[in-house]
Amino acid sequence: MTHNSRYSKYHPKWYRTRTPIFWWIHKWVHVRFILREMTSVFVAFYALVLLFQIRALTQGPEAYTAFLAWLKTPVSIVLHVVAFVAVVFHTITWLNLMPRAMVLHFGQKRVPKAVIAASGYIAWAVVSIVIAWIMVTT
Amino acid sequence: MPTNITLEILRYRPEEEAEPIYQRYEVPFRKDWVILDALNYIKDNLDGTLSYRWSCRMGVCGSCGMMVNGTPVLTCATFMEKFLPGPIRVEPLANFPVVRDLVIEMSDFMQKLKHVKPWIIREEEQPLSQGEYLQTPAQREEYEQFSMCINCMLCYAACPVYGLEPSFIGPAAIALAQRYNLDNRDQGAKQRLELLSQDDGIWQCTLVGECSVVCPKHVDPAGAIQRYKVAGATDWWKSLLMPWGNR
Amino acid sequence: MLFVFYEYLVGRENKVMAQYETNEYDVVIIGGGGAGLRAAIAVAEINPKLSIAVVSKVYPMRSHTVSAEGGAAAVIKSNDSLDDHAYDTISGGDWLCDQDAIEAFVKEAVEEMLQLEHWGCPWSRQEDGTIAVRPFGGMKIERTWFAADKTGFHMLHTLFQTTLKYEPIQRYDEWFVTRLLVDDGRCHGVVAIELATGKIQAITAKAVIICTGGCGRVFPFTTNASIKTGDGMALAYRAGVPLKDMEFVQYHPTGLPFTGILITEAARSEGGFLLNKDGYRYLQDYNLGTPQSKPVLRSMELGPRDRLSQAFVKEQEKGRTLEGPYGHYVHLDIRHLGEKIINTKLPFVRELCLKYENIDPVKELIPVRPVVHYMMGGIHTDMHGATPLKGLYAAGEVACVSINGANRLGSNSLTELLVFGARAGKAAAHFALEQKEPGSAIAALAADETKRLEKQFLRKEGGSERSAALRSEMHRAMEEGAGIYRNQASLKKSEEVVRDLQERFLNISLADHSYTFNTELTSVLELSYILDVAEAIVQSALKRTESRGSHQRTDHPDRDDQNFLAHSLAYRNENNPPRIEYLPVTITRWPPGERVYGR
Repeated sequence: MTHNSRYSKYHPKWYRTRTPIFWWIHKWVHVRFILREMTSVFVAFYALVLLFQIRALTQGPEAYTAFLAWLKTPVSIVLHVVAFVAVVFHTITWLNLMPRAMVLHFGQKRVPKAVIAASGYIAWAVVSIVIAWIMVTT
Repeated sequence: MPTNITLEILRYRPEEEAEPIYQRYEVPFRKDWVILDALNYIKDNLDGTLSYRWSCRMGVCGSCGMMVNGTPVLTCATFMEKFLPGPIRVEPLANFPVVRDLVIEMSDFMQKLKHVKPWIIREEEQPLSQGEYLQTPAQREEYEQFSMCINCMLCYAACPVYGLEPSFIGPAAIALAQRYNLDNRDQGAKQRLELLSQDDGIWQCTLVGECSVVCPKHVDPAGAIQRYKVAGATDWWKSLLMPWGNR
Repeated sequence: MLFVFYEYLVGRENKVMAQYETNEYDVVIIGGGGAGLRAAIAVAEINPKLSIAVVSKVYPMRSHTVSAEGGAAAVIKSNDSLDDHAYDTISGGDWLCDQDAIEAFVKEAVEEMLQLEHWGCPWSRQEDGTIAVRPFGGMKIERTWFAADKTGFHMLHTLFQTTLKYEPIQRYDEWFVTRLLVDDGRCHGVVAIELATGKIQAITAKAVIICTGGCGRVFPFTTNASIKTGDGMALAYRAGVPLKDMEFVQYHPTGLPFTGILITEAARSEGGFLLNKDGYRYLQDYNLGTPQSKPVLRSMELGPRDRLSQAFVKEQEKGRTLEGPYGHYVHLDIRHLGEKIINTKLPFVRELCLKYENIDPVKELIPVRPVVHYMMGGIHTDMHGATPLKGLYAAGEVACVSINGANRLGSNSLTELLVFGARAGKAAAHFALEQKEPGSAIAALAADETKRLEKQFLRKEGGSERSAALRSEMHRAMEEGAGIYRNQASLKKSEEVVRDLQERFLNISLADHSYTFNTELTSVLELSYILDVAEAIVQSALKRTESRGSHQRTDHPDRDDQNFLAHSLAYRNENNPPRIEYLPVTITRWPPGERVYGR
């Protein structure tokens, strides 16, 4: 009756599955999640670019010109574009999730989720416009 | 409308095999049959050795959670019609050890549930002669959503963090802790926060959000955890900047 | 190196299964539903030194208490009184209720409900924060507390989560009790199968409380979950304890036809109408008042459940019901309440209809028919929850005190769980405290039980009967012979079928001979319990030659207080039909009168 040598009476072995390293490949929702988390890599990349920029500043005009030249290379442009897309993606997902974490009350009623998310987007737009205006006029 | 549909079920018989195997069964197809009806048909007519849990057949006891085509669902609330033409793959709930066939080991969740102290904690109990604690409908609504958890553990099956890190306290347990924190009759928020701010508590959550998607009762455990993080962070800042606060 | 690290990770998740230091307790409670958990807390509060075991064949939050929707009654509003609650219950029970038990019940109800509120139960509230009450069938004054429309769910989860804070309560989750240990006229514990491993062990105790719920699965159309198979009733019955008033089976007038899912009475108390196939509110033809646009207590759709179910059967005989693939049904109409009220007061009703019958009650009619819902009868206990067997107590639907009499009023049973769960707990605790010597060594009985189960089910070769076939034949016999309307001939026929099935049961064959989580074994054991309970129901119904409450005999249509103002007690009689004796009802202040509705 019992073919399984690993079984002893009244002591069944539970079966455990291991979560594989590429667990996230099978579902689009998980892929999107990993991409969202990966945007942190691009934020780190941009921080590195700034660090290099500061170092170039301290090393004198030649180093700085070399750095600027690097910024104009195709590789750098592609990386910057990808980083920009990643950061925008990060911002959008973050703003969409904000109402889940922030529950605000206006008197007795709850502020609807759409309002909280919308206010986040509006704030983003306003700040972007202000910064753009400063960049253009000064 | 087809007359039959095939179910592909993951069997595990620890006394006979060391590994699970898939087994196919053909069952009649009916428009108003759910997966659970098919399982009952198999057990009654085709194969009496199939083991699974079920009870209320109306989505309130939480027994019948299983993976159907890779998604954790309540099999009493999932119509077979959704999966035509089949075959429908039925497996035990993910991220839990399998005891037998479609039955998983739940003691981990039960321990975690107890760990978060899901009961009313009060410094002083009001005597019964004084009647009920007052709670307006608005106050009740504050925590009502989190009180709807039926402990079906679909959220644990959907949570990749729990799959990778089984010591994570998990969505349902944290949602139930929040249910008590937000109840105006409870005074134990501080105690629970201390427990949940530890390593395997709320900070393990990376907001994948799948738990809230699969929850059959719309409890939104992901929301509960994020709110808890905000509360936890605020509390930490307060203790840092105003250490003389009431402890 | 990596392998070692990997194994360490694996080791981290190695949660051990429950290890029990001992299997000896002061109090063992069978069943982890509302009554069982309330009893456990009561024992723990009497004396924290008492060790308590709660043995349940499912995890406690799966217990059937969870499905109750409507509400729990207790007198709390100023326009209400204990006497009114008592009178409504007594008259609703067609005077078969023990009035001393009822007086205690209505008095303790409020305290128990407030205690549950203090433990966190989210009762629905009025604007000022006080408890809200709603009208309910059979109650002249509004006194039903409710938690949206998931009262049972909230009560069970509140109780379960509260038991977690009492250390002395040791739970045996998914242990299936197969017999009571009885020695020398006293109950000493239970023998149970640990489902996860198949090991059979004795759990001894100084007192045992049975809280296993009712037996709706004796009938084919029932609101009851698959686990309601009368386990506790059969266990006590086999131990020589009589089953009281088993002929009183309550049908709920509105259940979904295929699944038996209950559409709560609250849908009617909020103002729903019952319509036959011509769209006519047929209840007005059956002495239940005249149709009004707003619900009137104790009239029309808010009349008592047994009268509504009987009206359905009569409509069916007249050919005015609709016929579908799962039998006859009528319509419940709540469209006129509007979406807003349905979403606030009856959200679960809407969810159930959409999810299980693909119908939106805001726009469509709900198909309903009477389904078996509650068992008024059960293990004979006194008003402290004690059975005639020393050391054995019972509470909840499994017990018959009797406070429900011949017909239970809606919203009394959830309160009953609390009041009598607490009473049985206290009585059992005091009994256990008085016992000096520990339970006698009965390891031999446990070994006997293991041998019996192996011989009869697991190791047996041959056998030809399949449990599914036996079950469906029994269902047919019970619904046809012992359903809403009964007579001598139909009951006799059911008696024969049940007897025959019990013999065929001895020849049963199992496909599953394994030890690990063998649910075929448990379903076969449940079938044996159901057959014992069915035998008691049929015999009690045969011997009661009157009609009272939910027991309706077409050959004896009148109530006979002369001979039958008494409870029937069914005693097991080996291979013969059970012996039926009668116990007079306790009348204190309310002499028997006529049940009147709609006036």
